[in-house]
Amino acid sequence: MSAHEEYADDLALYALESLTGDERTALEQHLETCASCRRELELLRGDLSLMALTTAGPKPPARAKQRLMAAIAKEPKMPMVVKTASEPARRSWMRLPGWVGWAAAAAMVVLAVSLLRENSSLRRDFASLKAQFGEQSTKLEEANAVVATLLDPEAKKVELVAAGAKPQPRGKAIYRKNRNLIFLASNLEPLPPEKIYELWLFPANGGPPIAAGLFKPDARGSATVVNPPLPEGVEAKNFAVTLEPESGSHEAPRGTVVIVGAGE
Amino acid sequence: MPGAERNTITTDLALVTAIRSGDEGAMAELYDRYSSIVYSVALRVLQDAGAAEDVLQDIFMQLWRNPGAFDASRGNMGAWLAVIARHRAIDALRKRRPESDIENVVVSVEPDLASDAERSRAMTKVRGALETMSASQRTALEMAYFDGLTHAEIAEKTGEPLGTIKTRIRTGLMSLRKVLAA
Repeated sequence: MSAHEEYADDLALYALESLTGDERTALEQHLETCASCRRELELLRGDLSLMALTTAGPKPPARAKQRLMAAIAKEPKMPMVVKTASEPARRSWMRLPGWVGWAAAAAMVVLAVSLLRENSSLRRDFASLKAQFGEQSTKLEEANAVVATLLDPEAKKVELVAAGAKPQPRGKAIYRKNRNLIFLASNLEPLPPEKIYELWLFPANGGPPIAAGLFKPDARGSATVVNPPLPEGVEAKNFAVTLEPESGSHEAPRGTVVIVGAGE
Repeated sequence: MPGAERNTITTDLALVTAIRSGDEGAMAELYDRYSSIVYSVALRVLQDAGAAEDVLQDIFMQLWRNPGAFDASRGNMGAWLAVIARHRAIDALRKRRPESDIENVVVSVEPDLASDAERSRAMTKVRGALETMSASQRTALEMAYFDGLTHAEIAEKTGEPLGTIKTRIRTGLMSLRKVLAA
């Protein structure tokens, strides 16, 4: 292994997620400054991913794919541009009087003109929707790029504080009811053994706090929580982070408050 | 074959791009390619077909909802999915909440797992590597990998000193690396 020999045992355990406590914290601090150990960690994860292949054999049942595809089909989609009309029932034209044929032909001409107009209108709608779609796709790509940078653990994140001041733990929660919760934290202390940080949402209606995700900071003390499962329709008054036992405290915060929203 | 590898990785990425635009066919193709890796890992960890199916469903559903979670910087898609399947299955086994940052792991691995032939070649090598290990080395590695046990828990279960377990796991991984590189 090309990494530092003294960290070799711990790196292997870390790649397996089997390293805990002070040893984990010490290694994470070392990883922060050691590119060769970070590279070794990627390679170890690669080697370990191949261990998964030794399980090869059992195939998922066919119903698993049906279940997935059915669930996907139920997910919200873009609106369809053109709807297909249901096919009319077949009729026997042979038994109808002759004038019906002429009337039908005239009706067909009217229908054809009408369809041509509709077609032209649909083309215009389609072109307009296509242009809107293209514009929205571009905006979405830009938004994705911004979010990717925000969440990328490799991105350089620098906290600016008053000259000479010690950086303090801090967090920022950005919340839209029924849409998104993005929480970014920095300068968090490394976790003590068997502890975890938990984010809480305090509802505006004064109800009990709602658990909004367990998280562990990286070696630099940064962490993110993105779109944790939350009940529908909750207005938020405030957010806080507490230090909890490793399994979290899902009903109500029990541990000490680490950071809390500055205002309501 | 670096050229072939690049092509297949592009194909995985092309599928992900199609999934981004809501292409259900691309999702079905990606599922056909990798569902057996995800399912077999989850089944090995959980020892329960229903629970393994739930992990499989969750992972692919999440990929459908957020295909942007995978990009070329994450490495090889088959390996990335295998890592996530193991993590999710262990979370389910230990009744932990899913860790939010697991999708961010970077997995550096040489063989491309997109084709059946590559998977089969890699599988033969890894099985061969496991056979070269001593029984105690293999057991320690498998307890950590498939049962999600910490080294302290393995030491407690096997009655061996902590340091011995650490060394066994590392030397086990070194033999694996040696066989894979050969």
